[in-house]
Amino acid sequence: MHNLLWLQSGGCGGCSMSLLNAESPDVIALFEAADINLLWHPSLSEASGREFLAILNDILNDRLSLDILCIEGSMMTGPNGTGRFHVMGGTGKPMIEWVSELAAKSRHTVAVGSCAAYGGITAAADNLTDATGLQFEGEQTGGLLGDDYRSQSGNKVVNIAGCPTHPDWVTETLTSIAMNEHTDDDLDELARPRMYADHLVHHGCNRNEFYEYKASAESLGDRGCMMENTGCKGTQAHADCNIRPWNGQGSCTNGGYPCINCTAPEFEEPGHTFTRTPKVAGIPVGLPADMPKAWFVALASLSKAATPNRLKQNAVSDQLIYPPTIYKRDK
Amino acid sequence: MSRIVAGPFNRVEGDLEIALDIQNGKVDSAEVNSTLYRGFEQIMLGKAPLDALVYTPRICGICSVTQSVAAARALADCMGIEMPRNGQLATNLILANENMTDLLTHFYLFFMPDFARDLYADKPWFAEISNRFKATSGSATAVMLPARAVFLHLMGLMAGKWPHTLTIQPDGSARAIDRAERIRVVTIISAFRKFLESELFGDNLDTINSLSSIDELNAWQASKSWDHSDFTRFLHISEELELHKLGKGPGNFLSYGAYPLTEGHLFAPGQLIKGKRTDVTISAVTEDHAHSWLTPLSAPVNPMQGETTPDLDNDNAYSWCKSPRLDNHVMETGAIARQMLNRNPLIEALVAANGANVHSRIVARLLELASVIPAMQTWAKAIDPSAPFRHETKLPDSARGIGLVEAARGSLGHWIEIKKGKISQYQIVAPTSWNFSPRDSFGIPGALEQALEGAPVRPGETEPVAVQHIVRSFDPCMACTVH
Repeated sequence: MHNLLWLQSGGCGGCSMSLLNAESPDVIALFEAADINLLWHPSLSEASGREFLAILNDILNDRLSLDILCIEGSMMTGPNGTGRFHVMGGTGKPMIEWVSELAAKSRHTVAVGSCAAYGGITAAADNLTDATGLQFEGEQTGGLLGDDYRSQSGNKVVNIAGCPTHPDWVTETLTSIAMNEHTDDDLDELARPRMYADHLVHHGCNRNEFYEYKASAESLGDRGCMMENTGCKGTQAHADCNIRPWNGQGSCTNGGYPCINCTAPEFEEPGHTFTRTPKVAGIPVGLPADMPKAWFVALASLSKAATPNRLKQNAVSDQLIYPPTIYKRDK
Repeated sequence: MSRIVAGPFNRVEGDLEIALDIQNGKVDSAEVNSTLYRGFEQIMLGKAPLDALVYTPRICGICSVTQSVAAARALADCMGIEMPRNGQLATNLILANENMTDLLTHFYLFFMPDFARDLYADKPWFAEISNRFKATSGSATAVMLPARAVFLHLMGLMAGKWPHTLTIQPDGSARAIDRAERIRVVTIISAFRKFLESELFGDNLDTINSLSSIDELNAWQASKSWDHSDFTRFLHISEELELHKLGKGPGNFLSYGAYPLTEGHLFAPGQLIKGKRTDVTISAVTEDHAHSWLTPLSAPVNPMQGETTPDLDNDNAYSWCKSPRLDNHVMETGAIARQMLNRNPLIEALVAANGANVHSRIVARLLELASVIPAMQTWAKAIDPSAPFRHETKLPDSARGIGLVEAARGSLGHWIEIKKGKISQYQIVAPTSWNFSPRDSFGIPGALEQALEGAPVRPGETEPVAVQHIVRSFDPCMACTVH
């Protein structure tokens, strides 16, 4: 049995809400199947107040083993390093102190969501609250626990980045840990589980035919590829959102809006309006992953010249204007 | 007099602490502390206005779409436009999908598990309730989670994902749905209706929606065994524990009106202060910082002039939450307020009898589930896949706008000012900012603070169970409260 404790700090709770969307089976059944014993979760557990604090104290006094510590939300280190932007209710003690003490006991430490991983949305603008991730601050390692931190199993903090996280990213990572299979080799450079982070959002995008011909959307809701004009980062963003749909059949790109690369550190400050593509000399600044610029420009101009009228017209409409032509055998 | 500092509370969407002064086995006074500050109102300054649609949903993972809609409406107000009909229908459907999911989640996962606590083990109903609602292991969780997940397939289809969508734009929906998708939406809602009818109500929703007096509700209840459905289970234990005597609110209600179409709202907007109903006087909304860890104001101000600067040196402060007031009155907001302002006869009767309390708040929520689902069926069928979902409109370079919306848990407003194409002012007044506000500059306690006064405390209780029932009866969202 693997004891799991889940705490929230400087975030929106959306990764927990997303976790409840897990299906076939549901999250409770998934935990049971993985032999994970939920010590406490803020949305799911009965224990409140002293009953809950007794669990924390039992962990800190080695009366209860903590196999997996999941943290959701940024670590609020401000103002001036005091952590007073989040003092845990009923305790008078800043959340960052609770997390540091518990992380020293946990066999595995998991940051759920981009806030806990890198600072995330809470660290936007001038990061006035000094929000940081558990082991990263933006792209730099460090964060609350520091570059040298290792959990009791000897592993780094696992960054299940995303805003929010897909329920399967969380349940599959936790199950892998519970199966005693997880090592640091399973993580990419940004400590994200490679199970989902070795893919691009572009993979399986249902706008791929528009991408091939650079038939671009001009406005949100248009059916065309969103890379050229409306800010889509799906060709660079590491996640499997279009291979493994959200809420049954969705994804950002399928919802009519661009990928904002929410699994990446510092996605919250892209340096441009989220839904507009920054360009230099008419060429998007962010090119598809591993694509040499000269080839991109050459291929784009060639494919634009070859764009069928059907795609040109459909790309700038929110509804299908021209269905594909039906070919019949000549008789 | 003794003092308990209770917390952290869970099943409240975020962190919460309440200081309780206890006298003669009852709460004499309460101070409600929203413990987390993130600073969204500061983050927004200087951003491109449309980026509000990315940032503000991330205030809250449970009211995410509601925040999207408030931001979209504030921007639409700047543009001076209305969405095309398909955009309105799509927005109502997406928002209702979130709100109904919330009402369901609140009832099954947040509120009912407190009645499965061991301290009720001596009650004759305990075995049944514990078996059904015990946190994580109850039989209700096992059927409710899959039904919830499938219901949210509507989000996958119409909004890309939940939480945190960008589909809802000021000028419409960015996700046109085709004929096949419209049919799938209709089917998803019908399937969820079946779940509500079989598990939650044990009766047809039309029957539930026809209950228009306390006598009719009692007669309906009497016609079923107490363990007939989750609604009858609640009504039974509510009667046994006299939940109508717990948690009486301030008696003033606010609703911005829910689910608008051009021809009107499904639930009418309004304010009800000291028994007087009027339109909402939005200019009379103010916030003050008298008991907040924020730089003090010389006087309460309208959110369009609002300020947010953290200040831990305010000696009178005990919360990060501001104190919103309407014409200086403490307001209660949420399903019960919506149904009071919409003149639901059963809710009006319950409030006339005993005020807004733990019992009437829960009944109002469940009735809302029963009445919104049929409306969703109508909206889905009314979508015309061949008509536009969005009329693209440019934002002016300078403008002011207000976006008002009803979250499951009550009234949410965004106030925006744009200067030279950038956000120069952004203020958010969330439902639980109203309900869980600290005292104002007149020393008047917030709605929950008032509701907790007189709550019974059993000997030795550190987080009194009555306090927990009252707190959760508001369906609080602490993530939104301070933001």
